[in-house]
Amino acid sequence: MSFINYSSREINCKIVYYGPGLCGKTTNLQYIYNKTNPEAKGKMISLATETERTLFFDFLPLSLGEIRGFKTRFHLYTVPGQVFYDASRKLILKGVDGVVFVADSQIERMEANIESLDNLRVNLQEQGYNLDKIPYCVQYNKRDLPNSAPMEELKKVLNPTNVPEFEAVATTGVGVFDTLKAVAKLVLTELKRGG
Amino acid sequence: MGTPQVVMFEEEQQQIQAICDRLQRDSNSIAILVINKDGQEIARAGNTEHLDVTSLSSLFAGNVAATGGIAKLLAEKEFSGQFHEGEKTNIHLSLVAQRAILVVLFDTRSSLGLVRLRVKKASEELTKVFDALVKKMSSGNAPPVLGEISDDDIDNLFND
Repeated sequence: MSFINYSSREINCKIVYYGPGLCGKTTNLQYIYNKTNPEAKGKMISLATETERTLFFDFLPLSLGEIRGFKTRFHLYTVPGQVFYDASRKLILKGVDGVVFVADSQIERMEANIESLDNLRVNLQEQGYNLDKIPYCVQYNKRDLPNSAPMEELKKVLNPTNVPEFEAVATTGVGVFDTLKAVAKLVLTELKRGG
Repeated sequence: MGTPQVVMFEEEQQQIQAICDRLQRDSNSIAILVINKDGQEIARAGNTEHLDVTSLSSLFAGNVAATGGIAKLLAEKEFSGQFHEGEKTNIHLSLVAQRAILVVLFDTRSSLGLVRLRVKKASEELTKVFDALVKKMSSGNAPPVLGEISDDDIDNLFND
C-alpha cells in the first residue's frame, strides 16, 4: 500500500518480485543494487539460509528521483520461491503496489513457473487483490541458457493477458532495469489514477 | 479502483512527531521509531544518526508480520507487544491502531517497566491521530492525492 507523506514530500511504494525457486528474483535485486548509485540506494538486506536460498525476503530501498517535488522511493522485495515457504510469501505480499513475476525460461521449469503463477494469483486474492488489476510485469529470465523454452510458448502460458513482458539474463543485467522501470511506471500511473 | 494509499499530512505528522519526542524523553530511551506495517518510516525521535532506519523499518515490519502469522496459526488475536533483550540495546515493539508499529530502543538508562508504561500512553495518543487521519481521508475533505502530477512527469522520471 503506497505511503504518501505530504509533510516530507515523499511517495513510498512496494514492489515484490515473485517466481519459483531459483528463477532469479534475488539475482535481479543484486544486479540492481550493484549498478545503482550509492546516493540512490540503501543497504540490501537478504534473509537467507546458509546455502543462500532466500528464507524470508530480500529488501532493497531505491530512490528513483523526484516528481513535482515528491521524492519517489521504491522498496523492492523478493519472496522465497521454494514451495514450502508459502506462509512467508503471503506475508511479504501484504501492502504490495506492483508485482514482477520472474519466470525461469528453462523448459524443465515450466511446471514450476505455472505453479508459482497460480500461487501468486491465489495469495493476492486472499488479500483482496486481483492480479489482472494491479501493476504487474512478467520477466522471462535465463534467456541465455541452451534449454530455454521458445518465447511463444512462455508467453502463451505465462502471460495470457499481455501485460508488459521482458526477456532477461539477470546475471548479466539484460532486461533487469527495463523490467524495474516498467513496473515502477505502472505503479506511479496507478497511484495518480487512484488519487 | 486505484491502488489503496496511506497518506500523511503535515498536521498529523507534527502531532506524531511531538508524541515521539515526548515518549523518547519520558521513557529515557535511545530512540523511537514509528513505522507503518508495510515497513515505511513515519517518524523518528532521539538518537538515530547511527541507525540505518530504512533497513530497520523493513525488518521490524517483517518481524511483526511473521509474528502475526504465528499468532494466526495459534488462534491468537495478535501479539501486540514484543521485547528483545540485547547486551547493550533492548527493543520494545508494539502495534498501534492496527496500522503502525511503535519501536522503542533503550539501554540501562531506562527499564522495561518504564518503557511499557510510557508506551501505553503514547499508543493511545497515536491511535487518536491515526483514527483522525483515516477519518480525514474518508470524509472527502482531503486534498486530491498527487493531483498535480501529470503522465508526462511520470514519463520524464524514467527517461535516461
